[in-house]
Amino acid sequence: MVQFRLPKNSTMSEGKTFKASPDAKNVKRFRVYRWSPDDGKNPTIDTYEVDLDKCGPMVLDALIKIKNEIDQTLTFRRSCREGICGSCAMNIDGANTLACTKGIDEVKGDVKIYPLPHMPVIKDLVPDLTNFYAQHAFIEPWLQTKSPTPEKEWRQSHEDREKLDGLYECILCACCSTSCPSYWWNGDRYLGPAALLQAYRWLIDSRDEATGERLDDLEDPFRLYRCHTIMNCAKTCPKGLNPAKAIAEIKKMMVERQA
Amino acid sequence: MRRRAINNGTTHGGSARVPLSSCCPNGVLRMAEQRQAVERPLSPHLQIYRFTITMAMSILHRIVGVALYAGTALVAWWLIATATGPEAYAVFRSVADHWFGQFVLIGFTWALLHHLFGGIRYLFWDEIVGLNNKSADIMSWLAVFAALAGTVAVWAVVFSMRGVI
Repeated sequence: MVQFRLPKNSTMSEGKTFKASPDAKNVKRFRVYRWSPDDGKNPTIDTYEVDLDKCGPMVLDALIKIKNEIDQTLTFRRSCREGICGSCAMNIDGANTLACTKGIDEVKGDVKIYPLPHMPVIKDLVPDLTNFYAQHAFIEPWLQTKSPTPEKEWRQSHEDREKLDGLYECILCACCSTSCPSYWWNGDRYLGPAALLQAYRWLIDSRDEATGERLDDLEDPFRLYRCHTIMNCAKTCPKGLNPAKAIAEIKKMMVERQA
Repeated sequence: MRRRAINNGTTHGGSARVPLSSCCPNGVLRMAEQRQAVERPLSPHLQIYRFTITMAMSILHRIVGVALYAGTALVAWWLIATATGPEAYAVFRSVADHWFGQFVLIGFTWALLHHLFGGIRYLFWDEIVGLNNKSADIMSWLAVFAALAGTVAVWAVVFSMRGVI
């Protein structure tokens, strides 16, 4: 349902400020969303002043520095620190991206950091992605075949393999789905750009033999057709992929199979 | 399995929730079960997301779409007035000629053209033409300016026919 305003328990207020030491010369302010399940309070925005002369170049470097040196209670997900695991997806400077590949110098003024938008918050910058993963599972992201299994591998021509470029690179960070207003309002019924890009990845795979069934599962006013080409998904994807195009391709396949 | 049960007990979604008592006789999870369910806040969305032209156009497309319903009612009124007779038509004219009536008509013209040009973008995108970040922005701005220019052009003709300009 469309609900523009935040629920009562989700409105934010000004939180604590952690000043940098007086001798720091190159200070950047990080304004970070905080919420803990333990104190029963509403979320706050805490301010951390970080000395950039003693900090790595990426937003994730700053977050780790804050956690190590300023405030150990700050909670966020991170793992690979090189843009391949998708753990540190969050909203930085008004758009979703990976903290590990977002340069601090790309942000003018204070660095505002929120969890991925319109998601239930587990703590601080950690959203609950249960529904997101369930949607990925729904599209059955594995090879489905009917013909007898070949002795060795399922073969694929170079041309057919190239059709998976721009799709297989998806790391399921959830930046795209949580950037999408359609997903915000109808995330319970609309599968969202990430799951649909994955769906197209299997629809277009020359080795997969469940194309018809896959399309049947998507033929639904909400699951697929809530996409209104707002383009937030493609604009925000930290891997430079284009889920909007994948969704348009699925819509085209729907029309073509009726012809 | 245990971990999963605990998670389900504390997250918002309830569909996959397993009654904890049924899977755990030893009391450890009983404690988890007794823990009060946490009401999780919703992370901010519209409040914090940086607007893009394609995002603004999508919202505007809906708004002018709704406005066109009202505009179409006005067209119906005009048609009914012309069919009814001179008195009914005079009433319509008196409203339409009022400055506020003119304002509404100009707005209706713009809404119609904006919806038209915005809609043409979707025709291209459905054929996967220009469906990338750069082209989508250019096409959206083109639609904005085409609608404004079209509105100016239509009313320039109207006012010049009236001899106002």
